[in-house]
Amino acid sequence: MKSFAYHQPGGIPEAAKLLSSVAESKLVAGGMTLIPTLKQRLAQPEALIDLSSLADLRGISDDGATITIGAMTPHAQVAASELVRGKIPALAALASMIGDPAVRNRGTIGGSVANNDPAADYPAGTLGLGATIVTNAREIAADAFFLGLFETALEAGEIITGIRFPVPLKAGYAKFKAPASRYALVGVFVAQLPAGVRVAVTGAGAGVFRVPPMEAALSNNFDASAIAAIKIDADGLTSDIHAEADYRAHLVTVMAKRAVGAALG
Amino acid sequence: MGNVIGIGAAPKRKEDQRFLTGRGNYVSDIKRPGMTAGVFVRSPHGHAVIRGIDKTAALAAPGVIAVLSGEDVAADGLGSLPCGWGISDAQGVPMKEPPFPMLAQGKARFVGDMVAFVVAETAEQANSAAELLNVDYEVLPSVVGVLEAVRPGAPQLFDDVPNNICCDWELGDKAAVETAFRKAAHVARLSLVNNRLIGNPMEPRAAIAEYEPGTDRHTLWSTSQFPHVVRFLMGALVLNIPQHKLRVVAPDVGGGFGVKQFHYGEEAVITWAARRVMRPVKWVASRSEGYVSDRHGRDHVTEAELALDEHGKFLAFRVKTLANMGGYLSTFGPNIPTNLYGPLLGGVYTTPAIYCNVKVVFTNTVPVDAYRGAGRPEATFVLERIVDVAATEMGIDRVELRRRNMIPKEAYPYQTPVLVQYDSGDPIGCLDGALVAADVKNFGVRKAASARKGKFRGLGYSTYVEACGLAPSRFAGRLGARGGLYESATVRVHPTGQVTVMIGTHNHGQGHETTFAQIVSDKLGVAFENIDIVFGDTDRVQFGMGTYGSRSLVVGGAALSKATDKVIVKGKKIAAHLLEASEMDIQFEAGKFSVAGTDRTKTFEEIAGAAYVPHDYPLEVLEPGLEEQAYYDPVNFTYPGGCHIAEVEVDPETGTVTLVNYTAVDDVGTVINPMIVEGQLHGGIVQGVGQALYENAVYDEGSGQLLSGSLMDYCMPRADHLPMMTVATHSTLCTHTPMGVKGCGEVGTIGSPAAVINAVVDALSHLGVTHVDMPATPNRIWRLLQNASLPVAAE
Repeated sequence: MKSFAYHQPGGIPEAAKLLSSVAESKLVAGGMTLIPTLKQRLAQPEALIDLSSLADLRGISDDGATITIGAMTPHAQVAASELVRGKIPALAALASMIGDPAVRNRGTIGGSVANNDPAADYPAGTLGLGATIVTNAREIAADAFFLGLFETALEAGEIITGIRFPVPLKAGYAKFKAPASRYALVGVFVAQLPAGVRVAVTGAGAGVFRVPPMEAALSNNFDASAIAAIKIDADGLTSDIHAEADYRAHLVTVMAKRAVGAALG
Repeated sequence: MGNVIGIGAAPKRKEDQRFLTGRGNYVSDIKRPGMTAGVFVRSPHGHAVIRGIDKTAALAAPGVIAVLSGEDVAADGLGSLPCGWGISDAQGVPMKEPPFPMLAQGKARFVGDMVAFVVAETAEQANSAAELLNVDYEVLPSVVGVLEAVRPGAPQLFDDVPNNICCDWELGDKAAVETAFRKAAHVARLSLVNNRLIGNPMEPRAAIAEYEPGTDRHTLWSTSQFPHVVRFLMGALVLNIPQHKLRVVAPDVGGGFGVKQFHYGEEAVITWAARRVMRPVKWVASRSEGYVSDRHGRDHVTEAELALDEHGKFLAFRVKTLANMGGYLSTFGPNIPTNLYGPLLGGVYTTPAIYCNVKVVFTNTVPVDAYRGAGRPEATFVLERIVDVAATEMGIDRVELRRRNMIPKEAYPYQTPVLVQYDSGDPIGCLDGALVAADVKNFGVRKAASARKGKFRGLGYSTYVEACGLAPSRFAGRLGARGGLYESATVRVHPTGQVTVMIGTHNHGQGHETTFAQIVSDKLGVAFENIDIVFGDTDRVQFGMGTYGSRSLVVGGAALSKATDKVIVKGKKIAAHLLEASEMDIQFEAGKFSVAGTDRTKTFEEIAGAAYVPHDYPLEVLEPGLEEQAYYDPVNFTYPGGCHIAEVEVDPETGTVTLVNYTAVDDVGTVINPMIVEGQLHGGIVQGVGQALYENAVYDEGSGQLLSGSLMDYCMPRADHLPMMTVATHSTLCTHTPMGVKGCGEVGTIGSPAAVINAVVDALSHLGVTHVDMPATPNRIWRLLQNASLPVAAE
C-alpha cells in the first residue's frame, strides 16, 4: 500500500466538495474491494474520502410501496432487517449470501452498486427489482445505471446516497457461488412487479443484464416450467478457469428456475 | 504436583494455550533493533532473458539502502541452491542438474522467479523502489505443461537439458511386466492427470536475518520446517558461512504441509543482504507472493495399465508418468515423483510385477516439490483408480476385487517387487472395519433417496498403504539422498526433576509439544506439565532433520524414546550409589527407583537432585548430571494405511459434487494421543478432498502466467464443503519402531483423493462415465454429463 491523505467529511456536501476538489481522490465506503486493491498497489489514489461517519447514509426506511436503503448500510443489516425480510425477503436473502460474515459487516450496498463488479450480487437485486439509485445530484433508474464492466452512470463528484426498491409481488434470488471467491458464478434475481416480471443476471457476463424472453414467459406464467426450455446464448458470456461460457449459459436457466422456485416458495 | 499423562491419553494440547491467547511468536512478530525491510522483485514473465537491470532510479528512491541482483551474487562467488537428492536413469546417468541461482542470472524461468532484492528503511519504501527497478526483459515463449514441454520444438529452459527432461527414471522389472501382460486375461487402461496444488499454509513465509560483527555470527529467523538443514544447505553450500557462525531459528510456524521444508533462495538472499548492509533485514511474503514462490505440489500426467487373470488376480502393473519439476530443482524435487512414487505402486496388493517409468520434466512454472503426502497420494490415486476401472470392465464387485488381491495379515513382512518391504499391516481388517463404519449395506437406501431428489449418489473406496517415517538413511542413500534422515533428541533433567527435551523435529501445528511430553511423562513418570519440548533453534537443539514425511513421531519420537531410556539407565546408576545396591538390582517404575525386593526407594526428583550434587560420587564410574542424547536412524520405513470410503451426491443440473459422508479406518500403529491423531486424520482428509474437488493451480500456456493466483481463484476446501467424518483406527504395531508407531501426518491426504473420485465416478457410472479428472468441479462434471455416452435421466 502507498501512503495517501485521509479525509472524513462531516456531511454529504463536504464529501462531494472534497471529491471534486482533491486530485486523485476516491470514496471509500466499506472498502471491501478498494482496500485489497490498495494493498496490492493496483490503485494508488492520493486521497481517500471515508463516508463511514455519515450517519445520514445508513439505515433502512419504509416508504410504503418502496423501501429505501441508505448507501452506507452494511449487508448484514439488510440481511437481518425485519422490514426487508417482511417486504422483500429475496433482497434480505441476497444480502445474506454476500461474501462471509466479515464482508457482510463491513461491505455496503452503495459501495457494491457503485463498484458494479460483474459478479456482485446487489446489481442483480437492483436491476431485477427495477430499483432507483439516488445520488446527491439526481435519481437514476437501474436500467440506466449499470453500463458494463465496473462502469456506471455515476458522474465525477456524484455520490450514491441510497437505493430505492419497489416492493414486488414476489421475488427470488438464486446464486451459484464461485467455489473460491463466493462471488456469483451465476446469480439470477427474478421479481414479479405490478409493472411486469424482471429477470436480472449477474456473474455470467461483463455486467448485470436482463433476460427479456424469460421475462415474457414468466409474465404469462410465473412458474419455473415456463422458462425451463429457454436457452441463453453463450456468445458474449464470460469464460474463465472456473466456468466456460456455455456452462454459465446453462446455469442462467437453472438459476432462473430456482429463483422462481424461491419466489414461489 | 501435576499428573503423569502418558501414552494413549488425550490431554488438550500444551501449545494451544499460547496460540489461543495470541501469545505465539511467529517470524513476523519479531522485531530487531535497526531492522530494515526487504522486498523481492520477481519476474512477471514465465520465460525471459534478462538483458540488463538498471538500478539507478530504485537506488535513488527515498529510504533505499541496497538493490541486489544476480550479478552481485555472482560477484560474491556464492553457490546455487542445492538439490538434496540426485536420481539417475536406468543406465545410471545422473539427472540434469542445472544451477538454481538465488537471484536469477541471465534468464528468468517462471513467473515469480527472483530477479532482485531491494532493502529500504520501510516496506513501503522498498515496494516503491521495487516499482522503479528497470529490468530489460526479452520475453520468450513459456511452456507450462509436461506434455507440451517434451514435444520437439518446445521452448527450452536450459541449453544443456534437451527436451526439458531432467531424468528418465525407472523402477521395476520391465521384462517380467511385459511377459505378464502377454498372459493377461484382461488389461485395464487409464490416462489421468494429477492436478497441481498450492500448499497454502495459514502463515505466509517470512524471514529475518542479522549479522553481528563482534562475534562474526549470522542469525536467520525463518518459517522453516527444518532449521538445521537450512543451516547446512545455506551455510555450507550457498553462502560459505561456517556452521558455528550461523544460527537458524524457526520459531512458531503457522503450518507447513511441506511448503516450508525446502531451502529457499529468499533465506539465502536475506542472510547475505543483512551482512552487506550491516543491519537486520526482514521480509514477509504476501499471500499473492506465496502463490508464485512457495513450491507447488503434484502435477503429473500418467498412463497406467493393469494386467489381470481371468479371476481378477493382478498379474502386473505398468505406469508411465510425466512429472512437472517447474523451472528448477527444489530441495527434494526429483525425489518426490520417483522414489516416493514408484515404490508405492504395489499398494496393499500382491501384484507380482510392477514397472514404473517417470520422466521428470522442467517447465516455466514454480518449482514443484513435496506437499503433504508427496508422491504417495499420486501413486495411490493411480492404483486405486485403475482397480475400480478393472472391476467395472470385468464385472467384478470393487470390494471383492480388492479383497482377492490384498496382502493377508499373515503374509507380513511382505516384500513388494518395488523395493519396499512392509513390516506389518492388516488391509482386510481395515476394509472390513470401514464397510461397517460407513454403513455400506444400506447405501442402496440412501442412493434411492437421493434419486428421488434428482441427485446421483456414489460410493468410493480407497484401500491404500503409504511409506513414511522418512527415512532409513542406508536405504535413502541408495536411492540418491545426499544427506542422512535420522533424528536426534536430548533429554535434560533439571536438578529439581523437571525435564526439557531438545528435539530436531519442528512443531508447526502437529501438537509435538503435547505428544512428546506424553512419551516422556509415560516413561519417566514426570508430571506432564513439568516437561517442555524445545525445537526450531540450531543454537538450542543439537541437530535434526526437521518435520516432514510423517517422520516426527516415528523417527524423532524414537530418538526421544532412546534418550529417555538412557536417562533411566543413568538414573539407575545414581540410585544404586545412593541406595548402596548393585545397579543390576535397581528397578524403575512409576517414577521411582527401588532396590528389587525391598522397600528402599528414591523418587525421580531425588535422583535428579543427587545428580547435580555429587558430594560423595564414585566419580571414576559415575559422571555428575542427568542429561542424555540419542540419535535414531530407522531400519525401514513405516507403512500406515487403511480404508477410506467416500460418499457423494451429484446434482446433475449444475454438476455440483457434495461430499455427504466420509469414513476412514486407518492403521497408524500405536496411538500416543488419539485426539491429535483424529485431528491429523481430519486435516489430511480435507486436504485430499481439496485436491479431489476444489484445488487446481492453473497456468496459461504460452505466457506462463499463474491464472489461479489468489484465494479468489484457487479454491481451498472450507468447513461448509465437508460432512462430519467417521474416523477410526485399526492398528497393527510397527515391528521396528521403539513404540510401534507408524505416523499419521499424511495418511489422510494419501487415502482420500482416490476415495472421493471413485465415489464421483460411481455416482455417474450409469451414464457410461469411467473417469473424472481432479478437481471434479461443477463445470467439469456438467461437461462430462453433456458428453455422456448414456442419456442423463430426465430432470
